Amino acid sequence: MTVLREKAKLMDSDDLNRVIKRIAHEIVEQNKGTENMILVGIHRRGVYLARRLQKIIEEVEGTKTPCGELDITLYRDDLTMLFEQPMVHSTRMPQDISGKNIFLVDDVLYTGRTVRAALEALVDLGRPSSVKLAVIIDRGHRELPIHADMCGKNVPTSKNEVIEVRVSELDGKDEVVICERDAQ
Amino acid sequence: MNAMPSEIGQIVWRHRNVIDVDCFTREELYFLLDQARHMENVMDRPIKKVPVLRGKMAVNLFFENSTRTRVSFELAEKMLSADVVNWSVSGSSHAKGETMRDTAWTLEAMGADIVVMRHGAVGSAQYLASKLKRAIVLNAGDGTHAHPTQALLDLYTAWKHLGNLEGKKIALVGDVLHSRVARSDVIAFRTIGCEVVLSGPPTMMPKEIDSLGCRYEKDPRKAVEGADMVYLLRIQRERQQDGLFPSVDEYHRWWGADDNLMKYAKPGALAMHPGPINRGVEIASEVADGHQSVILEQVRSGVAIRMALLYLCGGGAR
Repeated sequence: MTVLREKAKLMDSDDLNRVIKRIAHEIVEQNKGTENMILVGIHRRGVYLARRLQKIIEEVEGTKTPCGELDITLYRDDLTMLFEQPMVHSTRMPQDISGKNIFLVDDVLYTGRTVRAALEALVDLGRPSSVKLAVIIDRGHRELPIHADMCGKNVPTSKNEVIEVRVSELDGKDEVVICERDAQ
Repeated sequence: MNAMPSEIGQIVWRHRNVIDVDCFTREELYFLLDQARHMENVMDRPIKKVPVLRGKMAVNLFFENSTRTRVSFELAEKMLSADVVNWSVSGSSHAKGETMRDTAWTLEAMGADIVVMRHGAVGSAQYLASKLKRAIVLNAGDGTHAHPTQALLDLYTAWKHLGNLEGKKIALVGDVLHSRVARSDVIAFRTIGCEVVLSGPPTMMPKEIDSLGCRYEKDPRKAVEGADMVYLLRIQRERQQDGLFPSVDEYHRWWGADDNLMKYAKPGALAMHPGPINRGVEIASEVADGHQSVILEQVRSGVAIRMALLYLCGGGAR
């Protein structure tokens, strides 16, 4: 059995919220306004992060950007290797995604396999005009040719470490911590 | 859509085969219903397909004819990207004297991962599962024993309309004795916390109703009184020749569901039927086509719940 041991705090609540604010501005900048875009959060924490981005963009720009949620479980490439089937969450889009600029939102970018699955899930829902990726932490170790267009912080990690982005909606507080797997 | 339990947590799904509904706990049933909801979402997409069972082979092994159950399973398998083989009894090796054990081994030799079976003999699904080393079995009806996916789709349809099913009342009316649907429905609705009342001709009732945890009312109006759901069971016309009821007309007058019978149920109570319906026998057209009928929704639910079971039992590593 492995146990996660908290090693260091990378961001406190203020740090995390500053990062989310900056990414919100970057999204609007890259999209040249708020026209024709949809924020899409990847389950689970990406969904809450996308809603926060939506709120900040509304405060700054005065328009409510459509916000959807995407579950990638059924598109994972490791399903035939798992003995226990992961729980499926909801996929909801506020409108047809065809012709829209999609901003995918997730907490941590690691191997890139989640994003690959998300891209496959997205094209099954329609044909977006463009897809961009926003993450809070890029921790390296990519296994696929995928990169983040907007990133809160690059954190070099070892494969034995785990990054946890915690959001108050799910975890009771906002913070980012780095943990280490201890083999017991 | 009505109120859903807001947080359904992850549970460890321990079932590989689905032979009967009695193997599920209430928690597992709610988990399954929640997963089916997400599967139904796939049915509404422009591309009704997800790659979750890619590379898996599903065999629909039907020793009894049942086009709608077979088609429902086939759609579910295809939406999950499984390769589908339909193996029907007519002209098959079974007719040439092959035993089920040999059929099972043949299927596995061909590389089947999932076997969906309908058979006239009680216990056949359990037997098949015991002979398969790798492939899983989903029971699509075995004799008068069980029809788990029908009961689960009924539960799912009810849950979508009524939300939490604890304490809700369902009246099952018709031929309970010969019905695997009734038996599986009683177990499923009891497990999830419903009150179940049976009605129908006394000649079509099992002996030990009490042991099923439900009550019998000969008068369907009493059975239906205050019910949230009225479930009409299909009457096989051949049963009349067996002398179980005098005539189809008389059956309809006594136990058939018409608007008058539905008045005894709660306002807005659901009218349910496993299909195919016999208009003018167990159900009048005014009910089958009326605003309380969810019969076509049940058909749709069937695909969703079968997708959820195929995903949870049939996916993953072996």
